[in-house]
Amino acid sequence: MKIENKTKEILKEFSPQIENFNRRFKILSAILIVIMLFALYAFYMQEKEGHIVTGMRDNVVWGLYIANFVFFIGISYAGALISGILHLLKVEWRKPIIRVAEFITVISTVIGPLFILLCMGRLDRIYNLVLYGRIQSPIIWDVIAITTYIIGSFLFLYLAMIRDLAILRDSPDLKIGKFRRWSYKFLAIGYNGTAKQDKLLEDSITIMSAIIIPIAVIVHSVLAWIFGMTLRPGWHSTIFAPYFVIAAVFSGTGVLIVALWAYRRYFHLEKYITKKHFDYLGMLLLILAAIYGYFTFSEYLTDWYTSETWNARVLEKLFNFNEYGWWFLFAAIIGILLPMIVIGIPKLRTINSVTAVSFIAVIALWVKRYLIIVPTLETPLFPIQDNRIEWIKYSATWVEWALTLGGVATFIFSFMLLSKYVPIIPVSLVSKPPEKTESLNVEEKVETV
Amino acid sequence: MKKEQNQSKKKTGRRNFLKFGVLAGGAVVSGVGLTAFAGDNKTGEKVKVMTTDGKLAEVDSGMLHSCNSCSSSYVSNEEARKGIPDRKFVMVVDLSRCKNARKCVSACQNMHYLPKDKEWITVNLMQETETTAPYWMPKTCFHCDEPPCTKVCPVGATFKRDDGIVLIDNERCIGCKFCMTACPYSARVFNWDKPKNIPEEILNRPYSVESGAPQVVGTVGKCDFCPDMIRKGKLPDCVTACPNGVYFFGDINEDTVTNGDETLRFSELIKDKAGYRYMEELGTQPSVYYLPPVDRNFPFESGLKGLSEEQKSKYHFNTDK
Repeated sequence: MKIENKTKEILKEFSPQIENFNRRFKILSAILIVIMLFALYAFYMQEKEGHIVTGMRDNVVWGLYIANFVFFIGISYAGALISGILHLLKVEWRKPIIRVAEFITVISTVIGPLFILLCMGRLDRIYNLVLYGRIQSPIIWDVIAITTYIIGSFLFLYLAMIRDLAILRDSPDLKIGKFRRWSYKFLAIGYNGTAKQDKLLEDSITIMSAIIIPIAVIVHSVLAWIFGMTLRPGWHSTIFAPYFVIAAVFSGTGVLIVALWAYRRYFHLEKYITKKHFDYLGMLLLILAAIYGYFTFSEYLTDWYTSETWNARVLEKLFNFNEYGWWFLFAAIIGILLPMIVIGIPKLRTINSVTAVSFIAVIALWVKRYLIIVPTLETPLFPIQDNRIEWIKYSATWVEWALTLGGVATFIFSFMLLSKYVPIIPVSLVSKPPEKTESLNVEEKVETV
Repeated sequence: MKKEQNQSKKKTGRRNFLKFGVLAGGAVVSGVGLTAFAGDNKTGEKVKVMTTDGKLAEVDSGMLHSCNSCSSSYVSNEEARKGIPDRKFVMVVDLSRCKNARKCVSACQNMHYLPKDKEWITVNLMQETETTAPYWMPKTCFHCDEPPCTKVCPVGATFKRDDGIVLIDNERCIGCKFCMTACPYSARVFNWDKPKNIPEEILNRPYSVESGAPQVVGTVGKCDFCPDMIRKGKLPDCVTACPNGVYFFGDINEDTVTNGDETLRFSELIKDKAGYRYMEELGTQPSVYYLPPVDRNFPFESGLKGLSEEQKSKYHFNTDK
C-alpha cells in the first residue's frame, strides 16, 4: 500500500510513542504490576478461605464487587455510545479522540464482568451457566448481553484500527521487533487501501457503530433490571433501566475527558486534542448531568413524597448524615451540580477545570452505584434482628479493596499497553480530508450549538 | 474433578444398592451400622441382615459395606427435584402459642448440622408500631407458590417442586446470591466459610438435595421443610421439637395439619382462627400460614426469660430502634 506523505509525517510524529519504552513507562508499569499481584493474592485468599474474608454477609450479599461491575460497564459507554454516535453523525472533531474512547470501551467491558466473577461463591462451577442456564433469569440475560457487547466492541475497535495497522505494516522505518511487525501484517488482513476495500471497510464501521449503540443500551438496561426485578425498596423502580443508561453515558463521557487530558499531557498531543474537544465533550457532559440529575430528582422525590414504609427506611439511611448522608450529598448533588456550574460558565471553563469536574463526576457516579447497592441491602423488607455488626452494616475488607484497586490498575495498564501497540491518535483518520456530508455540514452545526 | 468422579461412583453404588431391593434402609449387623451393598468380591460367607420391614435375609458378607448414612434414605437428584407425588405441603404457625422457647431453632440446627450462628428458622420479636402489641414470630422459608427466588436463579439450583417445597441443590449453586436479594423475607443464608464440626459420617455420605447436610461453602442454604423426614413419614424437626405445639405441618390436598399432638382440618383452622399469610401483598403466595397472636398462652415477656445475653442483645438492637 502506498502511504501518502502527509500520513508518513504524522506517523513519524507518533513513532517514538510506539517504539520507545521510556523510564516513566517502566516505573509506572512496575507499580501497576505490584498492585495487580497484590490483587491476585487477595483473590487467592478469597478462593481459599471462602467469601468470609470479604465484608459481605447475609444481608448485604453484594458489595464493592457489584458496584465496580456496574461502574466499569458504565464507563464502557465512552466508546460504544459516544464514538458510535459521533461516527454516524460524521462529526469531524471526533477523529483524534475516537481511539481513546474505544480503548476505554474494550478494556472496561472486559474488566467489569471480572467483578461479577469475584462476587460468585462458586467460581469453579461457572460452566453451570452453560449446562443449566435458565433464560428466565436476568443473570442469563446479562451473560448473553455482555458477551455480545464484548464481541461487538472488540469488532468495532478492530475495524476502526485496520487502516492504521496496514500503515504500520507498510512502514519499514519503524524500529520494532519482528513479532510485532508480523502481528501488524496478520491483523491488517491484507488491507491495501483499494477503492473496493475502502468502501467495504467504511460500510462495516458504519454498520458496527449503528449496532453497538442498541447493544450498549441493552446491556445497561439488563444490568439495571437485575436490581429492578427484585422486591426491594430502592431497587424495584420502573425508571431504573433508562436511569442506569444515562448514568453510564455520563460516567463514560467523564472518563473519556480524564483519559484525553492524561494522554494530551503524557504524549504532548496539544496539536490534536485541543480546547475544542474539552469544550464540546464538556457540553455533552453538562447535558448528560442535567438529564441524570433530572432522573435522580424524579426517583427520590417520588419515593420520599409518598414515604411508603419500606422506601422510607432506605431514604432515612440516605438522608441521615450519620449514615450515608454525606455520601449521598456528594454523589447525587455535588457530583451533578458542580460539573454543570463549572462547564456552564464560560469563564470557569478551562481544559483543567473541565477535567477536574469530570473526575469528580466519575467518582460521584462510583459512589452512587455503591449507594444504590449497599443501603438497600442493609434495609431488607423483614427488619434485621441481629447484634453482629458486620451483619447489620457492610464495610468492605482489604480483600475487596485490593481487588478493586487491582481492577483500576489493570484498566490503566491495559491502556498503556494498547497505546504502545497502535498510535493513540488514528493516523489514517486525521491525515484524511474532512468527510463531506450531504446538504448540511454537521461540523458547523455542532459548533454553533 | 477427581473428587466429583469419586462422588458419582458413590452415587451409582448407592443406586445399585437401591436396586438390590429388599435390603434398603437401616440394617443392623453385629451391633455396628452396616448395610448390604452390591459389591463384586464374594467371600462365600453368608451373613444375616434385617430389612426395614423386619424380615431376615441372608447375603454374602462380601456384599456388606459400611454405611453411616443409613438413617437418611437416599433419593436420586431427579426424584428430589420432582418431589413427593400428589402432595402439597403446608405449614401453620400459631402465634398465640409461641413464647420464644427457641427449641425449633436448635432442633433445626442439629438436624442440618448448622453452627449456632446460622439459623434457618428465626424467632423474631415483632412490633409494628409503638401502639401495637409485641409478639413472637417464628419465620421459616415460606416455600412460596410464586417464589421470587427460583425465578431469578440462573442455573436452576433452587427450584420449586410439585409438592410445594422450594429446595436448593448445593452441588449446582454457583453462589451468585441473586436469590438472596430476590427473597423479600430474608429466608436465605449464605455459607460464607466452610462448614465446621460436621461429623465424619455426614461428610462421607453421598450428597442429597433433600437432606441439606452438609452445607457447601460458597452456596446458599435455607429452611427446606425437611423433605427427607417427610419421605420417612415423619414431621419436620422444628414441629416435633416445639414444646408448645406452635407449628402445624400437613398436606393441603388432605386438608389436614398436625403438630404431633393435635391433628386438625387445615381449612377449618384457618377459618376459625383467621389465619393469614405474611406480606400477602407481595404476591408470593406463601405456603406458610400464621394464626394471629390473640388469646395467648403465654405473656409476651416470658419469651425474654431464660435467654442468653447474646440472644437478648439481638432483640434489644431491634427494639431500641
